[in-house]
Amino acid sequence: METIEEGQGQLVGFRDPDENRSWVFENKSRKAEDKRMSTKEAVSKFVNSGEFMASGGFGHVRVSMAIIYELIRQRKQDLTMAGKTAVHDIDLLVGAGCVNKVEVAYSFGHELRGLSNASRRAVQTGRCKVVSEISNAGYQWRFLAGMMGIPFVPSRILAGTDTFKKSSAKTALCPFTKKPVTLIPSCTPDVSIIHVHRCDKFGNAQIDGSLIEDFELSRASRRLILTTEQIIPHRRIQLQPWRTSIPFYHVDAVVEVPWGAHPCQMPLQYFYDEEHISEWLNISKTDEGVQEYLDKYVFSVDSFDQYLRLVGGQKKLKRLQRMEKTLGRN
Amino acid sequence: MAKKGNGYTQVELMASIASKILEDGKSVFVGTGLPVIATVLAQRTHAPNVLIMYEAGGIGPQCPVIPVSVGDSRTFYRGIAASSMHDVMSALQSGFVDYGFLGAAQIDMFGNINTTVIGDYQYPKIRLPGSGGANDVGSLCHKNIILMKQDEQRFVNKLDFMTTPGYLTGPGGREKAGLPENTGPYRVITQLGVYGFDHETKRMRLISIHPGVDLKEVKRNCGFELIIPEVVKTSETPTEKELRILREIDPSGIVLGK
Repeated sequence: METIEEGQGQLVGFRDPDENRSWVFENKSRKAEDKRMSTKEAVSKFVNSGEFMASGGFGHVRVSMAIIYELIRQRKQDLTMAGKTAVHDIDLLVGAGCVNKVEVAYSFGHELRGLSNASRRAVQTGRCKVVSEISNAGYQWRFLAGMMGIPFVPSRILAGTDTFKKSSAKTALCPFTKKPVTLIPSCTPDVSIIHVHRCDKFGNAQIDGSLIEDFELSRASRRLILTTEQIIPHRRIQLQPWRTSIPFYHVDAVVEVPWGAHPCQMPLQYFYDEEHISEWLNISKTDEGVQEYLDKYVFSVDSFDQYLRLVGGQKKLKRLQRMEKTLGRN
Repeated sequence: MAKKGNGYTQVELMASIASKILEDGKSVFVGTGLPVIATVLAQRTHAPNVLIMYEAGGIGPQCPVIPVSVGDSRTFYRGIAASSMHDVMSALQSGFVDYGFLGAAQIDMFGNINTTVIGDYQYPKIRLPGSGGANDVGSLCHKNIILMKQDEQRFVNKLDFMTTPGYLTGPGGREKAGLPENTGPYRVITQLGVYGFDHETKRMRLISIHPGVDLKEVKRNCGFELIIPEVVKTSETPTEKELRILREIDPSGIVLGK
């Protein structure tokens, strides 16, 4: 296949599929084992500074915030993050100094809520570097190639733009059609974190609502930390195996954290905590504000329960639950 | 944006114009904000069978109020599928999507769009969120509708960064790059007027001016040479019914209040 043009962006999270196959063969257990542990243990065991990480969900939806806070608490550093519509998660991680390199499909914004203050400031002052650009479909197809164990997938996106020039993709002449195609390189993150509705102790997980790109991401990742609203008996998985979105052999850690996506939305369970998101957007206008926020909600907190009490406790949580059940459902 | 004489805002006017472009029984790829509002308005008026697709996997919803995120559970409320991004992006790439919506910080005469940086790429004056799904929509939809604010800093001769393809360098540019045939920008709707693209040159062409706006104002707020037809129409204004529905879709004014 003849290469036409090469994007100049840095190729991150890529591995030769043969190298990854050997690693998977050696390191990923095919035996169902009890993987329950704490956020603290999961993060110290499976996330190393300097690695490439991805966070599941989309924007402010179904994000494993419990792990995001723990990464900050353990002061992980020099992480490269997949900016795959990374919104609140990446804003906090960049603000806290954990992430200093990003491959961007969509980052530094909070969708309708406006632009991110903390992470945008970090990029504009050079503290955080954008290593390459891509699109949402492109990112998700990087994970698709990763889970398929192939080096790239051909596509019809990015062509002709600066997004392509700053990407790590290449264009080539398709051997079948003789037309140009964009080759999207595979991505196998060192570690990913995904929040699910329920799973068993082995990590067989069910997700309600859109899967977004977590089907592909979970399968492409070397290490996968699952946080879950609830741990259910294995028997319940077996009774409805068609509901399994992620099978156990992809999973390395299972952490039960009810409300673990707060202040993000957990589809069909609880709504965004707009009050808390606004608090962050306002306070993160200055570096001192970011520090103040982290001191209050991350560093001086020992458990997720303590955090939940701090953000408004049962009263607030019940309200978010009610809002998700009723808002827009009349 | 400011209220106009007949009790509608510029944003409401833009939503109403965009909704009229959508056809019943066709599919549309929507993002958050004004595109959702315009699409739901179409769904509740002339196009009850418009097929809505959201990039995170929500397909065919009956959105009661505007979702805050494209991954929000309201994007599949009473829908036909809560699927995945791979599913929706593949539908887009294989030709199932008629209309797409895009926003822009900058646009040029060929409908190319910037949503990545303002200023220098390495040391940006403003770092914007980047492509998101925009490059995918711009590359793959049959007809793209761009909703944006118009002024000289936004309608530019040269983009600071080309995030999403319009007609690239002009006629034949898209095909040469390998983008699918019969795709590209279709309409641009701003607070001043509605634009299309000239069939021959692929350059932006004025179609209509909103009530109360004159040609001078349109030209003054455009940094490149527009094609001006001999007859310039006046844009159709929203009806009372449309305005009522618009306010139902966005009760808190998260988009319409801007």
